[in-house]
Amino acid sequence: MARIRLSEILVGAFMALGFVALFFLAMRVSNLSTATTGEGYTLKAHFDNIGSLRVRAPVSMAGVRLGRVEAIEFDQATYQAVVTLRIAERYDQIPSDTFANIFTAGLLGEQYIGLDPGGSPDMLTDGDRIEFTQSALVLEQMIGQFLLSKAEDGGE
Amino acid sequence: MLDPLASLGRAGLSVLASLGRAHLLLANILAGLPSLLIRPRLLLAQLYGIGVLSLLIIVVSGLFVGMVLSLQGHYVLSQFGAAESLGVMVAASLVRELGPVVTALLFAGRAGSALTAEIGLMKATEQLSGLEMMAVDPIKRVLTPRFFGGLISMPLLAAMFSAVGVLGGWFVGVGLLGVDDGAFWGQMQNKIDFEEDVINGVIKSLVFGLVVTWIALYEGYDATPTSAGVSRATTRTVVQSALAVLGVDFILTALMFGG
Repeated sequence: MARIRLSEILVGAFMALGFVALFFLAMRVSNLSTATTGEGYTLKAHFDNIGSLRVRAPVSMAGVRLGRVEAIEFDQATYQAVVTLRIAERYDQIPSDTFANIFTAGLLGEQYIGLDPGGSPDMLTDGDRIEFTQSALVLEQMIGQFLLSKAEDGGE
Repeated sequence: MLDPLASLGRAGLSVLASLGRAHLLLANILAGLPSLLIRPRLLLAQLYGIGVLSLLIIVVSGLFVGMVLSLQGHYVLSQFGAAESLGVMVAASLVRELGPVVTALLFAGRAGSALTAEIGLMKATEQLSGLEMMAVDPIKRVLTPRFFGGLISMPLLAAMFSAVGVLGGWFVGVGLLGVDDGAFWGQMQNKIDFEEDVINGVIKSLVFGLVVTWIALYEGYDATPTSAGVSRATTRTVVQSALAVLGVDFILTALMFGG
């Protein structure tokens, strides 16, 4: 009887350890504890070029993450990218003339959306559109412009 | 003259017949689930034999795999000035691939071979026929608890492997190599998605648990009832489980992360 009791205890400990490991993977390793999906409100922004921005990229203001990119669609009427941003509930004081930029984290890092606050007294609410946007910097275009300006300098 | 052709045909037919027997066995094992639910104590003994006794090898391997990953990853990443991404690299490789796959390979060697040898010997010593004589279905009584024991143990073992591996990687990366503690965890949490990475890893380990346990039980049940036959069946279990796990892993990875 004592042997069965011991194996019961050990199996119980084994299963508990397994679930603790899963919980650790969920809360400490993955983003489950910081996920904002389904909460907060959404904003839309139209960009001429989003570069390599991906769904789930961070949206930040002053370097602090306020939310994530929820969806990226293409508008066939204006040939622009429509980016849906999901912002956490508690950050509800974003002025309506806020400027949305696409930045790159580091030289080769991923792209994210940086918000620059405007001065308007009106705040953005669920479903609103951010009017002022700045496209992603595409490295090839920059190099092309640089070469072009160099060539013009050389011609004089 | 037609002999080579005939032997090729015989080989093909025997492979098909063996596949058919394996699937029939699986169906019979699954049909034993209701009677297992009535007597859960049978499952307990198997969880102990398959899960608890595999714990040590899984945890120790996980620790060392995580530590080696961290050392090697740091060497490459620091050349690009991206040593802060070490946490992401260690966690992603463990949760997505190494956790389920290495656990399944160790599981096949530790638990799969034991299952095959046990059932093969039961068959060789006519214990299975003895059960049948007493009107006890040997598949329901012997195989079904072992199958579900393996199916339940494998995801838990893989989760422990990954978790211990991340801790080992943290110990080497932050403790020995001087990566920033906050960056290690912060970047990891930023990049590792719960559904995309962790849940897919759990699904993988469930499938591997099914594949390895199924092969082990089938090889034992189908073994030639002699000492040489049981020995061959045990070898086949380890070889075929390893090949099946790696093959299935490619398919699952292509389905989950390829698109």
